[in-house]
Amino acid sequence: MTDYRIKGATGDWEVVIGLEVHAQVTSNAKLFSGAATAFGAEPNSQVSLIDAAMPGMLPVPNRECIRQAVRTGMAIDAAINKWSRFDRKNYFYADLPQGYQISQLYHPLVGEGSVEIEDGETVKTIGVERIHVEQDAGKLMHDQHPTRSYVDLNRSGVALMEIVSRPDMRSPSEAGAYLRKLRAILRYVGSCDGNMEEGSMRADVNVSVRKPGEEFGTRTETKNVNSVRFVMAAIEHEANRQVDVLESGGKIVQETRLFNPDTGTTRSMRSKEDAHDYRYFPDPDLLPLELDDAFLEECRASLPELPDAKRKRYEALGITPYNAEVLTAEVETARWFDTLLDEGAAPAAASNWVTGELFGALNRIGKDITESPVTPGQAAELLALVADGTLSGSLAKQVFEVMLETGDAPGKIVEERGLKQTSDTGAIEAVIADVLAKNPNQLEQYRGGKVALFGFFVGQTMKAMGGKANPQVVNDLLKKALG
Amino acid sequence: MTDLTDLGIREIRDGVRDGTFSAREVAESFNAAVSNARQLNAFLVETPDHALAAADAADAVRAAGETLKPLAGVPIGMKDLFCTKGVTSTAASHILEGFTPQYESAVSQRLWDAGAGMLGKLNMDQFAMGSSNETSAFGNVISPWRRNDGGNAPLAPGGSSGGSSAAVSARLCPGATGTDTGGSIRQPAAFTGISGIKPTYGRCSRWGTIAFASSLDQAGPMARDVRDCAIMLEAMSGFDPKDATSLDVPVPQWEQGLNASLAGKRVGIPREYRVDNMPEEIEALWQRGIEWVKDAGAEVVEVSLPHTKYALPAYYIIAPAEASSNLARYDGVRYGQRDLPEGANLQAMYAATRAAGFGEEVKRRILIGTYVLSAGFYDAYFTQASKVRTLIARDFENAWESCDVLLTPTAPSAAFGLGEKSDDPLAMYLNDVFTVPSSLAGLPAMSVPGGLDKHGLPLGLQFIGKALDEQGVLNAALAIEERAGFTARPQAWW
Repeated sequence: MTDYRIKGATGDWEVVIGLEVHAQVTSNAKLFSGAATAFGAEPNSQVSLIDAAMPGMLPVPNRECIRQAVRTGMAIDAAINKWSRFDRKNYFYADLPQGYQISQLYHPLVGEGSVEIEDGETVKTIGVERIHVEQDAGKLMHDQHPTRSYVDLNRSGVALMEIVSRPDMRSPSEAGAYLRKLRAILRYVGSCDGNMEEGSMRADVNVSVRKPGEEFGTRTETKNVNSVRFVMAAIEHEANRQVDVLESGGKIVQETRLFNPDTGTTRSMRSKEDAHDYRYFPDPDLLPLELDDAFLEECRASLPELPDAKRKRYEALGITPYNAEVLTAEVETARWFDTLLDEGAAPAAASNWVTGELFGALNRIGKDITESPVTPGQAAELLALVADGTLSGSLAKQVFEVMLETGDAPGKIVEERGLKQTSDTGAIEAVIADVLAKNPNQLEQYRGGKVALFGFFVGQTMKAMGGKANPQVVNDLLKKALG
Repeated sequence: MTDLTDLGIREIRDGVRDGTFSAREVAESFNAAVSNARQLNAFLVETPDHALAAADAADAVRAAGETLKPLAGVPIGMKDLFCTKGVTSTAASHILEGFTPQYESAVSQRLWDAGAGMLGKLNMDQFAMGSSNETSAFGNVISPWRRNDGGNAPLAPGGSSGGSSAAVSARLCPGATGTDTGGSIRQPAAFTGISGIKPTYGRCSRWGTIAFASSLDQAGPMARDVRDCAIMLEAMSGFDPKDATSLDVPVPQWEQGLNASLAGKRVGIPREYRVDNMPEEIEALWQRGIEWVKDAGAEVVEVSLPHTKYALPAYYIIAPAEASSNLARYDGVRYGQRDLPEGANLQAMYAATRAAGFGEEVKRRILIGTYVLSAGFYDAYFTQASKVRTLIARDFENAWESCDVLLTPTAPSAAFGLGEKSDDPLAMYLNDVFTVPSSLAGLPAMSVPGGLDKHGLPLGLQFIGKALDEQGVLNAALAIEERAGFTARPQAWW
């Protein structure tokens, strides 16, 4: 993966990528006010006096938002700073009622951590420099009136975590893998819903290029890119643009850029010279944030098993690495599968069944796993019926179809529809004798050396048994009968 | 009978309780005094109905034989920095002209909950920035005091709580709220011959008080004597979960704890407060103060606060820095004044609104604050000033090893004439030289009248106490009050 190179006229270029991910903290209330945070509410219906920056209003930190950020930090093995502080970032804009954003520049809540990613066969560790907590801004709406802009302050003051990576990524696919992994961790922890379409997670993409082995080049920052695919596209475009500029004798300007999802290109928003002087200083309305050991212990104790650990555990249970990865990619799948295991299902068989039968069926009926008509308990029962030989693979498929339609338990379906598999050797031997008697030509050919016809006899026997014969028993008895 | 407006808070409270007079009579008397004193320009808004409603409630409680609240029947003045529900609250700035809050500040709510009523909103220096009340967008307050030289030069009532000081000393209200960022309660109290205390930072909630400099702003009472300050401060103080810097500590019963004996107490005299060019009269008053505390039983010790000379420069970096950010919200977008020139874009609207809405002194401090926070200057100014602040707090900590309370003059001069210093911001800033250090350290400090200068103008003495030791400050001030025998009051010319 580190061999991703842009082929230029002057040789190969390496791409250096760092991501600043803004993740909306899952919390009922905003970072410093009691206002609600639900997505899609009527404009300006979730705005407190504090969010609107009325005179004399004061921020008070929301403990739950701090807790979620600390848990996130713990999930990426980061240093948690027991002493941190909020700073004001000052600038004027109509979506920023206070005239400053409360953020953390000098003393962030979370320090150094890391995220392990897999890109193809390679495993790589991406450094995380820091996570700090800050307020989101409101939203300007320019399409509501021919000459006026409107402001929706519902998002104003909502808590964000800014997760700042080291410039450790070297290709668009690494950046994609990092974002997907980070999203999975946030969703496992429950600190962010990771919903990029609704803006719960967005990334500022820092890109520079260099000849391999040389110093870092000048970087640009592409703001607010809101899907994994767009992030990868923005990197690819931006890296190629930079190579073109450099190879035609130009210089990269340190600047902020915007990504256009329709064209897949970036354009300049403002250069460093136009950059704001944010006049950061400690927010005098807030005391430093001091975390005690009991709070940290509670945060740690409340962390769920995280994707990497879960995957390793699955593999140790005999699940294939591929299945383990698929089952742990989304927290809802992993939760469903864990319940299935808790119900007593055999891990390897269960993993094959979930990734094959269940995923196929859900895909076909257009539902995700949280809406599955079959519960983990019912699935465990079905798998148990296969394991103890009551159902053959094909009978199990039939039963599963009925389960999807009716939501009934498999035992009930087997009972009602008589779909039980039989291992009754007497009955099977009788059918085999009949099949051999009815197909003398095939029998002669088989005995003459055409052993591939064995499958034909299995098929005939199973057909005659109505599909309910235990295939293993059929095999054994047929071999004996055919000599 | 005596004029009811001559009565202080305790006398009104007790009189209403004992049935000597009704709360309504009191409110009507003060309402009349307020409306007869418009020449002073002390009130920006008069709210006679608010005062009457509170009075009637008090009278009804008494008639029903129920227990009266601590401030039942006491009408007060409210500095216009406090947001009051349904009553315009402007911080004496055009930029908030007509702004009517939908909420009540924590401090004013506590006062109403204690039974007080409001006579009106008091004029002040714009956004509490000033020491003379001349920065108000709605005209300066004129002190009720006049020099005894026969001239009629209008004098400054001090600032920024100049409407409060003028109204209390002119007997337009028995007590008023003030706020103190660098001396805005104590200096105007000294200029007008009344008492005023700035409690420990965090005692009074800042919620709903229009911010000047958040790490320094603190509300407090201004009244005619020490006991009245104690009564009012008790009602104003208390933990507020809506202010993250509010102190979660019990409110002592300061009135009950008053004790003018200073036996066993050590009063510190900081030698660095002997500034150059201090008028002899101030020096003499300070000396008298020393004799009085000795007479009250205190031991007087000289102490050193070596970083005092850096306090004023540090203050005039930190306070404007915070103000430059705190005042960013006045942008014409959501409330208050908006100036929208033809064809203006957002930036032009901000510029026009703020140019027209803010006064000169406010603009000056926003510019200073923006400068000291800007890239390249932050470390040299703001970081350095923050370190000085720490050293100043440490100076006081060291002083407490040898004394319990500090005695200093409140201001380096008596009230000056209106217009005398308004062209020279630095001369104006020097007014805060004795009050600023305790503000930077967040300590309780109080001004109490000590005497008159040769022109017959009041002079104040200041006590600075340990954090949370308002009682020690009040008691020391009470000892002075009992010995100074200050009875002077302005002759009504309005």
